[in-house]
Amino acid sequence: MGPNFAENYMAAVAMVLFGIGFFNLLLQKNLIKKIIGLNIMDTAVYLFLASMGYIEGRSAPIVTDGVTDVEAYINPIPAGLVLTGIVVSVSVSAVMLSLTIRLYRRYHTLNLDEITEIIKKGEEEK
Amino acid sequence: MTLNQFLQNLPFFSIMIALISGVVCSVLPGKAARRVNAGVIITVMILSAITLGYTLQTGTYFVYTMGHYPAPWGNEIRAGVLEALTALMFSVVMLLSMMGGYHKLDEEVEQTKVNYYYVLVNLLLTSLLALIYTNDLFTAYVFVEINTIAACGLIMIRQIGRTIEAAVRYMIMNLLGSGLLLLGICMMYGITGHLLMSNIQESVAALAASGEYHVPLLVSIAFMCVGLAIKSALFPFHTWLPDAYGYSTISSAAILSSLVSKGYIFLLIKIIYRVVGFEVFQETHIVNVFFVFGLAGMIFGSLSAIRENDVRRMIAFSSIAQIGYIYMGIGLGTEVGMIAAVFHIFSHAVSKALVFISTIGLTDMSGYSRKFIRLTGAAYRNVIAGVGFTIASLSMVGVPLFAGFISKLLFAQACVSNEGKLLPTMIVLAVSTILNAIYYLKTVIRIYVPSGVKDEPRTVWGANRCYTAAIIGFVVLNFTLGIFSQPFVDLITEGLHMFA
Repeated sequence: MGPNFAENYMAAVAMVLFGIGFFNLLLQKNLIKKIIGLNIMDTAVYLFLASMGYIEGRSAPIVTDGVTDVEAYINPIPAGLVLTGIVVSVSVSAVMLSLTIRLYRRYHTLNLDEITEIIKKGEEEK
Repeated sequence: MTLNQFLQNLPFFSIMIALISGVVCSVLPGKAARRVNAGVIITVMILSAITLGYTLQTGTYFVYTMGHYPAPWGNEIRAGVLEALTALMFSVVMLLSMMGGYHKLDEEVEQTKVNYYYVLVNLLLTSLLALIYTNDLFTAYVFVEINTIAACGLIMIRQIGRTIEAAVRYMIMNLLGSGLLLLGICMMYGITGHLLMSNIQESVAALAASGEYHVPLLVSIAFMCVGLAIKSALFPFHTWLPDAYGYSTISSAAILSSLVSKGYIFLLIKIIYRVVGFEVFQETHIVNVFFVFGLAGMIFGSLSAIRENDVRRMIAFSSIAQIGYIYMGIGLGTEVGMIAAVFHIFSHAVSKALVFISTIGLTDMSGYSRKFIRLTGAAYRNVIAGVGFTIASLSMVGVPLFAGFISKLLFAQACVSNEGKLLPTMIVLAVSTILNAIYYLKTVIRIYVPSGVKDEPRTVWGANRCYTAAIIGFVVLNFTLGIFSQPFVDLITEGLHMFA
């Protein structure tokens, strides 16, 4: 496990970050903190992907000096996946933030549990 | 270009038509957007039917290359009998759900925003079709996210506090699910080096044979399965569901319960067959996990439904029980179990959408109250909704002649094929059927108890043609699945063979 672990330390860091983000999104009560957790979680996956695609000593596959040998370049697909993932993550964060703004304007709190309580009280009064 | 080559374009066309019309709808007035939306769903229906006919005639699936790059590099669409059949069923259910909710949409959604509703529905249709047809794992992830965003929009377009809160809770659980799915896909890419499902399957088979990367493979499969299970509201992850289905506008509730969660389950079945391979999947113990949680969901969902006093939330809880049935079928780990699960996807889609659509007719004639007690005699005030609710309830309980009976029969037959799981399945099936009967038949009796008030207002026959047509359409569909089930079962069997 020792040498293997040292070689893949990026993947280990990514997993720890993913866990941090996951549980923040799940357990935090504050909506903004939840969204931060979401972004940590997504970023961890991008770190995982990017570290997977990078090979030490090689460069991005852009042919400038006529070198066409495969051994000179890294795999560009993970980078492409990261870009796609970032687009998805940005749009999801935007949706979540806009929903948070709506809730805040209506209930003047960012705590999801408090909001649920306010709604329930409102229904009982009816 | 020959006719056969042209016909292979149809799945791609149906995805693109839905996507482009979504963009077009954003600049149209509400009425025009509605026509465009209905036209698109009908077009997709026809295209799927032709694709189904084509795959049946050739007897095999076809692979459509997107762009000009061949297999290991390019992106692909793959269509077989099961994909085409699912696309057809989904579009039919979607059309009828929309028709049943048109009149409520005008009441519950702001006039200037009605066209955005159709944008979202078109986007949802696009992502569902893409999930059904795609042969690329990462494309599947992207469309899963599009599906989530569109579904969130469908919940919150009715602007009351409850729906926004429900939408936030929906998003949180679904984002946890898609995070896990994405991580699983990335790990799978890391150990196999491919993103196309057929290539991954070859690599996974080789890895499983050699025993290499055993733990990463297992973890990757587990992440993908748990992610999709969260997104489709399997039992312990169902907390977002009752509010999301209970307070959104009625078309949204029908579409969410009958299509959106089923789209994820379809993707899961696809991953089991085409990414992991059925034999490799059977050897992991994830089937047992699905089985146990499926059984727990069947009991727990029904118990919560019995306790519920709000009729819309009661139906939402019943969805959890029905999702449990589907996961139990997958968890049996045999082919017959899978056939039963796929059939239940269809029969539940047809019945649950009808329950939602007919409930809105009943509650609207009961002073817009969703309290159970206020529904007394509602079936006399709105006859067609009463008939629809009764038929859907009988189907959900599993009375012969209706679609729900066939799926219960298939589940019972399927569990015989797995001796270790025979007894628990049979017991839970029986208990769950009784629990279903308790709360559905209780409601049916309640709506047929005369309220004793004289000269109550009644809906006039034919006052709302779209709504009546939707209920009749669902009833016909339900009887078709219930009485002529054998052709459907044959189609599903053939489709699953093409999957492997």
